[in-house]
Amino acid sequence: MTCDTSYDVIVIGGGPAGLAAALSARAEGNVRVLLIERNDSLGGILPQCIHNGFGAVIFGNDLPGPEYAYRYQEQVEAADIDVMLDTMVMDLTPERDLYAMNATHGYLHYRPRSIILAMGCRERTRAQIRLPGSRCSGVYTAGTVQRLVNIEGYMPGRRFLILGSGDIGMIMARRLTIEGAEVVGVLELLPFLTGLRRNFVQCLQDYNIPLHLSTTVSNIIGGQRLEAVETVKVDEELQPIPGSTERIECDSLLLSVGLIPENELSLKAGVHLDPRTGGPLVDSTMATDVPGIYAAGNVTSIYDLVDYVSKAGEVAGRHAARYALEHGTGNGNNATAGRDASKAGAMVAIRPGENVGTVIPQRVRIDTSGNEEVTLMLRPNALIERKVTVELWDGDRPIMSFRENYSRPAEMMVHTLRAKQMQALAEAHEHELTVVIQ
Amino acid sequence: MSFCEQFPVGEQTSDAAGADRDERGSENSEQSIICLRCPRGCEISTTLDGYGGIVEIFGNVCKLGREYVEAEITNPLRILPTSVRVRSGERPLVPVWTPKPIPKGRLMDLARATRSIELEAPVAIGQVVIENWEGLGVDLVTSGAVRRA
Repeated sequence: MTCDTSYDVIVIGGGPAGLAAALSARAEGNVRVLLIERNDSLGGILPQCIHNGFGAVIFGNDLPGPEYAYRYQEQVEAADIDVMLDTMVMDLTPERDLYAMNATHGYLHYRPRSIILAMGCRERTRAQIRLPGSRCSGVYTAGTVQRLVNIEGYMPGRRFLILGSGDIGMIMARRLTIEGAEVVGVLELLPFLTGLRRNFVQCLQDYNIPLHLSTTVSNIIGGQRLEAVETVKVDEELQPIPGSTERIECDSLLLSVGLIPENELSLKAGVHLDPRTGGPLVDSTMATDVPGIYAAGNVTSIYDLVDYVSKAGEVAGRHAARYALEHGTGNGNNATAGRDASKAGAMVAIRPGENVGTVIPQRVRIDTSGNEEVTLMLRPNALIERKVTVELWDGDRPIMSFRENYSRPAEMMVHTLRAKQMQALAEAHEHELTVVIQ
Repeated sequence: MSFCEQFPVGEQTSDAAGADRDERGSENSEQSIICLRCPRGCEISTTLDGYGGIVEIFGNVCKLGREYVEAEITNPLRILPTSVRVRSGERPLVPVWTPKPIPKGRLMDLARATRSIELEAPVAIGQVVIENWEGLGVDLVTSGAVRRA
């Protein structure tokens, strides 16, 4: 098997992050770009997200998922970008040796000058939340049912209960109702809605689907097929309240209980992950800590709007292409970690403090030229229904702050650093700053 | 604690509605509405007179938000995303939607109407499936493409 070193940039994953990354990499200069996708079509999860709610930031339009994906697909097809569908990346090394396979070409070996990780995420399953009870059929993740109903044209049940008030759960509650199934309710363990409030209005309230907060599943009952679910109320410590058990008859239970960045390949490549996000530690160019390997989208952290995934993909693509142009002579792997670090410039880390769950990127590359726009994506971990101040602390002194109307775990705060703020970062004393919401 | 106690979504926050209308018709009331026109989901407050007319709209309002609130008070409108069958295609379904919203009360009527539709592949994106449904001035349009198998 020969090693193909002809590509400058290889993008792993053809979802929104990968599509945007491939396009921006190609637009950056004379670089050869290959996009590898394991599915038989591009777009990632978008083709099955047939609801509208995509594109407000990028296109100034409220589009259905398939249409949002289509706009990028069209551009990728028109651009000089190689696309390989039905292809699975099997292994990745820190030296950027990439091994993939498909039914046409068999086993493939590439060594591009840079790589963009855009593998997205997968759903948390029943096993991961340790739901007790029968292992009967009829318990699905919400995304699985979304694919069955919207792509395969198959309705997998008649009477559904949904666990988890995340967006996918609420959107599926409406979707199943529209297709004629009965949705008896949505349960949420926490005392507040975890998805966007607009989805509560347009998916649950509009279709008279009840939401039960501080409630979870305590037992799954059924033989071959799910027959009923036992629910229980929980207290402030999320512990079951004795005597609050109820039996709900249903033939299907949907789990919408969170998403996990998919990083098996990242780990193989020696990329370090942030335990908070579950994704690679990235800097403001979307570079991981392995030279020449970049990451963007849900592989780095779970986003709530696809528009910002595309934007992160754009950043990753641009910088991955620049890296390839700086390091590539067509001689394969002649770049080393040491050489890259010498020109990396100053870097400031941003650590989540009070009321902040995660920050993307975790490090900001100091660039006061004004040519690089840096956007911080903060995920609050506290629900605060009033105006809040977000502050960045350098040791014991705040060096910048901005206001937000509220702090909600369901909604990322998006803040683009202004030139003055970048300057403040450049002048910070500490290498690590702390961001807090107050 | 129900969700609605926490966030009085689309519900009047004063009790000046309904049966009290005649006696208290001249009094204003506040209503908080979550705008559905884009994913930002802004919370828009509005002051209503006792007869359901809008006295004032405030909060983070853009042009779309103002339109939305006006419609929400008089005739709530919603977009319907769903899918229809495709014959001889690479996929058995194509996604469709109403790019313009329809009256909220008609959502399920249109959903039922789409179940008997079957298109012949290839299907292009942006293809009109139903034109001017029931004279409401709203089309049902594909939001994806399906190639012929």
